[in-house]
Amino acid sequence: MLWDALSLQLGYNATLVAIGATLLGVSAGVTGTFLFLRKRALVSDAISHATLPGVCLAFMVLVAFGGDGRNLIGLLLGSAISAWVGLLCMNWLTRHTRLAEDAAIGAVLSVFFGFGIVLLTVIQTMGVGRQAGLEGFLLGSTAGMLWADALIIAVGGAATLGLVMIIRRPMMLVAFDPEYAAARGLPVHRIDLAMMGLVMAVTVVGLKIVGLILIVALLIIPPVTARFWTNRSDYVVVLSGLAGGLAGYLGAALSASAPNLPTGPIIVLVSFGFFVLSLLLAPTRGVLAAILRHVRFQRRVHIRQGLLALAQGQKIYEPLTIRLLRRAGVVRADGVATEAGKACAAKALRDEKRWEVVRADQAHEATAALYDGLRDIETVLTRDQIAEIDRRIGGPQGVAT
Amino acid sequence: MLELATVQGVSLEAQGVDDSPLAIRGLTVSYGQKPAVFSVDMTVQRGGMTAIIGPNGAGKSTLLKAALGIVSPLSGQVTVFGQPLEDQRARIAYVPQRASVDWDFPTRAIDVVLMGLSRQLGLLGRVRARHLDRAIECLNRVGMREFADRQIGQLSGGQQQRVFLARALAQDADLYLLDEPFAGVDAATEKAIIAVLKSLKEAGKTVVVVHHDLATVADYFDHVFLINTRKIAEGPVAEAFTADTLQSAYGGRLATAQIDQISRALG
Repeated sequence: MLWDALSLQLGYNATLVAIGATLLGVSAGVTGTFLFLRKRALVSDAISHATLPGVCLAFMVLVAFGGDGRNLIGLLLGSAISAWVGLLCMNWLTRHTRLAEDAAIGAVLSVFFGFGIVLLTVIQTMGVGRQAGLEGFLLGSTAGMLWADALIIAVGGAATLGLVMIIRRPMMLVAFDPEYAAARGLPVHRIDLAMMGLVMAVTVVGLKIVGLILIVALLIIPPVTARFWTNRSDYVVVLSGLAGGLAGYLGAALSASAPNLPTGPIIVLVSFGFFVLSLLLAPTRGVLAAILRHVRFQRRVHIRQGLLALAQGQKIYEPLTIRLLRRAGVVRADGVATEAGKACAAKALRDEKRWEVVRADQAHEATAALYDGLRDIETVLTRDQIAEIDRRIGGPQGVAT
Repeated sequence: MLELATVQGVSLEAQGVDDSPLAIRGLTVSYGQKPAVFSVDMTVQRGGMTAIIGPNGAGKSTLLKAALGIVSPLSGQVTVFGQPLEDQRARIAYVPQRASVDWDFPTRAIDVVLMGLSRQLGLLGRVRARHLDRAIECLNRVGMREFADRQIGQLSGGQQQRVFLARALAQDADLYLLDEPFAGVDAATEKAIIAVLKSLKEAGKTVVVVHHDLATVADYFDHVFLINTRKIAEGPVAEAFTADTLQSAYGGRLATAQIDQISRALG
């Protein structure tokens, strides 16, 4: 069943939804990256909640003029207008009042959403309202998706993606260093507004599939996931698009493979799954890599400390140090140094002295910067340089016993 | 204070304001109700190094930001090479204060320098070999070539500052404006930066630096501009950077010993 879904063999509707969700995932992932890097992730939440009054008002207008209240283009147009108004309110609040952005987000989100819910309730008491299915816009509803709906999503998503590509450089520059961008003559506020406008477009396009409450997840989780894997902003954009697209496709297929699985929430969960995998497994930035790094470092510190203690004839009390030294064959079970261990210890002490010379000598400034008390000196100096340093220290010294 | 300003007025006329790399007239900038910069005139001399000096909170950075249109002034005019600022943007390179950037941003040293080439790259142009070569060359000039692939957060403060200077170099501008480039950097970086700035001067470029270290002013700069919300003095270091002007710029905040030391250094 799942394989049928993945290979798009579960019928017309499931295929439409899967293609739509994939396109939406890609454009949301790519657009969301800029929002995330500009540190305005939550703006998208306010924008998406601000779509609800527009959907309801558009429905009322359509019905009042005798049209079909469920016309998707009409409803999306309405949602775009009210989201844009919400966006402008938020922008105005942050720029012209003392309110910080988080407070402005909270105010716009709750007021617009509250107003939308009131309208929704009013619509449900209307005669035609009961069949409207407007509450589907809250969490998305893909059951009755039409070819025309999929086409709107595809065209909207592709257009957004194209626009993002065109203004990606200014957006990235503003996200990284807004003052420099302003000094270069870039209209920073207008670029920010354009970025949020694109986020709004993705939100509106995604209303049908994931709904306004969960769209924020599609905008934010993919870039956060992608950030684990790379230190380059252009790669973050691409990976985020891939993660979003894949989550959209897998989520849609999964939800089609069994009855009564909601598409939007499943997509979000799949996306979250990618996030958890990245959080754990990503090289360098992942949690496991960080733990591994820490443990390795701790071991190096313990071994070095142990060797220096041996060389100076001090007793070692730390159980971990003894265990590590034993495993390295430096000490015997009773804590006495082996022959090889003594040599190692003498070498460690000697390296310490060599480092002292290096750090005191201006000529070795660049090398001295590498000092961390752990490094073997051979890894940073040539044989000749070490010989020269040894001449300054004097002949070999025995290990104290 | 008034006297000093008039004295400098002479050299101002001699130079000619018309084609000055950066000329500011009657500039006032205010955050809220308190002016940070009040009615300031400034005429930067072509082809030299000018230091903007003043105590903390004297409006040094604000002056620079207003000159670049980053903050909007309440009043005043800015001309760049005798033309309106907007027409001359391509000729200005700006190095902001280091603190203004998020160091965890996913970008490498080379990417930062490539930002300096955004005008050549345009909106859709691909980064080509010649762009990369140019960026590497700029990194090389500040001694950061080997660090091209490092994420910027993995660089030391001084190295970060040099990368930002390299980004400005990539712009190939005629006027360089730097905001506290020597703040919190190591000695090697300070040396590297000053060498680059001097080479720019020799190439006929104009360099303006917000500077905080009074001890190095005479060594590094040709001209000074002293500010404490209002303009205190402007002119060649020997004329405008004196015990008197420092006293009026810093008020009681500068110890007499410090002033003596500086006067002695100036001879």
